Amino acid sequence: MILIIAESKEGKFKKNAFEIATFGSRIAQETGRECAAVVLGSHENPSVLGNYGVPRVYHVNNDKLDNFDDVAYRDVVTKLAGELNAELVVLPHTAEGKGLTGKLSVAMDAGCISAVNGFKVVAGELNFVRPVFSGKAFATYKAGEGKLVVSLIPNSLQIGEATGDEAEVINKEIDFRSSGIELVEKNVVTGEVPLPEAELVVSAGRGMKEPSNWGIIEELADKLGATTACSRPVSDSGWRPHHEHVGQTGIAIRPNLYIAIGISGAIQHLAGVNNSKVIVVINKDPEAPFFKAADYGVCADLFDVVPRLTEAIEKFKAENN
Amino acid sequence: MNLLVCVSKTPDTTAKVDFSEDGKSYNESGKQFIMNPYDEWYALVRALELKESEGGEVVIINVGPASNDSILRKGLAIGADKAVRIDAEAPDALFAASQVAEYAKDKDFDIIFTGKETIDYNGGIFGGMLAELLDLPFVSFASKMDYQDGQATIERDVEGGVEVLKTNGKFVISASKGLAEQRIPNMRGIMMAKRKPLEVVEAADVKTGPSVDKFELPPEKGEVKMVDPENMEELVRLLHEEAKVI
Repeated sequence: MILIIAESKEGKFKKNAFEIATFGSRIAQETGRECAAVVLGSHENPSVLGNYGVPRVYHVNNDKLDNFDDVAYRDVVTKLAGELNAELVVLPHTAEGKGLTGKLSVAMDAGCISAVNGFKVVAGELNFVRPVFSGKAFATYKAGEGKLVVSLIPNSLQIGEATGDEAEVINKEIDFRSSGIELVEKNVVTGEVPLPEAELVVSAGRGMKEPSNWGIIEELADKLGATTACSRPVSDSGWRPHHEHVGQTGIAIRPNLYIAIGISGAIQHLAGVNNSKVIVVINKDPEAPFFKAADYGVCADLFDVVPRLTEAIEKFKAENN
Repeated sequence: MNLLVCVSKTPDTTAKVDFSEDGKSYNESGKQFIMNPYDEWYALVRALELKESEGGEVVIINVGPASNDSILRKGLAIGADKAVRIDAEAPDALFAASQVAEYAKDKDFDIIFTGKETIDYNGGIFGGMLAELLDLPFVSFASKMDYQDGQATIERDVEGGVEVLKTNGKFVISASKGLAEQRIPNMRGIMMAKRKPLEVVEAADVKTGPSVDKFELPPEKGEVKMVDPENMEELVRLLHEEAKVI
């Protein structure tokens, strides 16, 4: 049995829940196992996971689980996994997942492979693959025989097509302790796709010269339906909020499209974005190291070229809708 | 306060990434090794700041061979009071966390610090494992911590923002950027570090987790395709038709 932890926010699944469901059900299919999901806290409609190959959802519907608590989540998942005899638990490598993965693996007396971005079955054996050295290399691990906890990096795979199937929802009551750590405040941008989940990202750096110039970046992101990001010097000097900082010390992302504008491409920045599927670099310096990591490059003054790119996107959208 | 900081040794950020011929291990020859930056710049320094405001002692601990003493000495030079090295090669996070837990279980540390992840394996699971082994809560990816009257108020990075948490009692915390500012050891610190205690502890018999079967380098990236700045319609066409991302 494979048990996946499907994350939600305000009673709805996050995008990574569908990725995990797709991932878990594919492993189940290729290794001849069953896959079930656990949903913690209030939820409007857990059965939609059936769309992504998960036939059964265990819903632990307790509002004390609406906010992440490492001890409570550990208790619930460990108990359920024990009851179901789950030998593999898959959870997302998100803020919540990062707080839970190591703890859960010890509590379950399971092995642990965190931050994977794929799996493969070789000669009947299940293997997990994860980026190491900030994406500069990959490591393959054999799943082996024992119990295992695996966390999946968001945006690692394309969500499967919705099948229209509904999952059977089983309401569960499970006792748990709590960590005693209290959530006092949550300051999260709303109405915008958070960076780790974004498929399209427009990012800008010091080449913007000053924060008041960000209008053209926001305009491009808006027309494209992208999330905005920035380089470290930009967030360090307070031009943009800290949560937009991508790179080695900020967050690592893997969107389908990363457009880097006025960012030279220091090795620490590349470490956070080099797993993007396609990279476009706009920079007036032909020697900018970022061009070497890019798929498409535009060597020009960004203040000149970005508004024209926005215009071209707008035109494209108008023609294709 | 009784503070413990867990530190790792990693290749320098600019070290070449290559592997042994059988692909089983990182090629260490000719590489420079450093204290993992998240452990040094943020976890250790925040612990030192706490000691400076609240009093107490900062112990740094590492699981590794004698060649790791250099990073422990650096930690002492930055300001830690005492270093502990558990004498064993750590094959993975579970082994390292179990060793540290064995050492820490009867020592009554108020807060145990570590970095959010090491810059080589990027696993980020050590802190959670240690917390579980010691039956403590785990606060991961902390970017700010205030401490007053025995209570910590912690900001933690989450998708698209931050969460503010209030702790109650002991805990394990993993540090991300922002928790503190890097400190460079001065000459006095380096001289004093030579006289500070570095205890070598025999390793306990503990479990290990799954190990790497094979390391591989990603395929070479193709040449960048330059697009005429006057023709952004062409870039949009390429992104749509060739790259298929919009």
